[in-house]
Amino acid sequence: MSNQKGRFGIHGGQYIPETLMNAVLELEAAYNHYKDDPGFNRELTDLLNNYAGRPSLLYYAEKMTKDLGGAKIYLKREDLNHTGSHKINNVLGQALLAKKMGKTRLIAETGAGQHGVATATAAALLGMECVVFMGEEDTKRQALNVYRMKLLGADVIPVKTGTATLKDAVSEAMREWTSRIDDTHYCLGSVMGPHPFPTIVRDFQAVISKEIKEQMLTLEGRLPDAVLACCGGGSNAIGSFYNFINDPGVRLIGCEAAGRGIETFETAATINTGKLGIFHGMKSYFCQNEYGQIAPVYSISAGLDYPGIGPEHAMLHDIGRAEYVAVTDDEAVNAFEYLSRTEGIIPAIESAHAVAYAMKLAPAMAKDQIMVITISGRGDKDCAAIARYRGEEIYE
Amino acid sequence: MSKIKSAFENGKAFIPFVTCGDPDAETTEAIIREMERNGADLVEIGIPFSDPTAEGPVIQEANIRALAAGITTDKVFDVVTNLRSGADAVKIPLVFMTYANVVFSYGAERFFARCKEVGIDGVILPDVPYEEKEEFAVPARKSGIDFISLIAPTSQDRIGTIAADAEGFVYIVSSLGVTGVRDSITTDIGALSRSIKANTSIPCAVGFGISTPEQAAAAAKHADGAIVGSAIMRLIAANGKQSAPVVGAYVKSMKDALRGL
Repeated sequence: MSNQKGRFGIHGGQYIPETLMNAVLELEAAYNHYKDDPGFNRELTDLLNNYAGRPSLLYYAEKMTKDLGGAKIYLKREDLNHTGSHKINNVLGQALLAKKMGKTRLIAETGAGQHGVATATAAALLGMECVVFMGEEDTKRQALNVYRMKLLGADVIPVKTGTATLKDAVSEAMREWTSRIDDTHYCLGSVMGPHPFPTIVRDFQAVISKEIKEQMLTLEGRLPDAVLACCGGGSNAIGSFYNFINDPGVRLIGCEAAGRGIETFETAATINTGKLGIFHGMKSYFCQNEYGQIAPVYSISAGLDYPGIGPEHAMLHDIGRAEYVAVTDDEAVNAFEYLSRTEGIIPAIESAHAVAYAMKLAPAMAKDQIMVITISGRGDKDCAAIARYRGEEIYE
Repeated sequence: MSKIKSAFENGKAFIPFVTCGDPDAETTEAIIREMERNGADLVEIGIPFSDPTAEGPVIQEANIRALAAGITTDKVFDVVTNLRSGADAVKIPLVFMTYANVVFSYGAERFFARCKEVGIDGVILPDVPYEEKEEFAVPARKSGIDFISLIAPTSQDRIGTIAADAEGFVYIVSSLGVTGVRDSITTDIGALSRSIKANTSIPCAVGFGISTPEQAAAAAKHADGAIVGSAIMRLIAANGKQSAPVVGAYVKSMKDALRGL
């Protein structure tokens, strides 16, 4: 028997040091107070619309649709948000909440740098201090984003421990939070960690599926047949799925990073290769060995290079409501190039994982069916890395 | 009654910590024997975890070295089996300190049953707070293993509930942050200890940040014992397979500082 608070089926919970317990309880109380507060929601909506540029477009990808010859394809353009990804949706919500709680300092982890940039942006706007933890390996893969964060006034701390990637950045941000709680809010970037984070982040990201639903009803007068999103921790995926969970006719498909393939050790596809465990504050699926040691996962995408998945996804997988497929580096890079050439849209390499699966799925669907792919971020940050992947010598 | 109580019957308890398998299992065994010989009242044995989020850099690195050298949960159980057997068997209470996923992946029932079998008296899981403890404390109790609770400087109104339900001893986290040597400890340990003792009769020991005999004596003045981890792992990092006598001398100096308090 375990704590039922913050559970998604058997997943979730609050597996954190005692030192942080009052901090998460305080956060939960503040969130419950503000989430239905009209004043708070007015302020947040104003920021989302007039600062971040919401609602984001639901774009009919006509050339791609014709080229693939199957389902009608729409792209949910989270890449057009201010700061270039869906991360800003959650960050504005959490930063505003932190400010209401009297916090003056935001800390965050980041993988690809998108969440770090979004947090640094919100901190600049709201006049808060900001420290971002980023795996040293990722500071190299995403050097431009490191500069953007610094430009926005944030301190970026390269994390050298473990695999020096996203998981280590999360661990280090958690360690930092236990050492400084009074003035500091940990602005977690995905639907993971201890309760109430998976719920808070999901609620702030649910705007994606709320808009898709409204826009789809306006454009097509019906719901889509499938919604696809890339899935690391799973924040853009849960945001894209959430308002469709009770619409059983809508297939929900999370695209995980298979890295060099799910049959190799160089993969980050958690649902496809992981097993049940407890880590980073939550019970969920994790890539790990037989003794529960967390695996050093790999993906070309720094944002999906994480050994776990949010607890609500783990539950959606258990009950069969959502499907989780694995997409390799090669397939993602092909899709990155394909969307650039076909639609003139350069997607983040993370989002390219969803595009890659769509390229397989769309031709197998009927022409009167509709698919939505969430383009969670823009790919400018990835251009140098993809060029190097293709063997071109390029310097940022 | 729990055997852990006996660790607190010899004046203020000195509780050293060691990461099992750093630099190798044989050295850990030798270190624990030296610890007992030099006055340790209870030893905390760390089962390494790949991503120890409650640890500072010193113990993180010890974990990584131990895993790289091939230690596993089963091999840690073997070390305890060796320690508890033969003419020179270790008699003092031994507790494990590890992370939830190490126990969960082994199967909690199976893990605690193995603990009982090899002679472990208690288990500390720093990433399992009061709200989540039943999942572990219930199978632990079934095997007669104490599930040890931690209380932090931020616990405030939670102290009563946690202390009233605590087993073995209460682990007082001296400071905010992670494990590691600190120049000074600013938390009012006396006040924490009084709140705890108002709710339980089991002993309490202070850990996090203690490295010198003076710090140990100051911390133990208000509690029943002092716990030291990072300072020891630093000695082991520096002395490798020759660590046992060095750690033994250190343990003696720390226990001496606690005598007569």
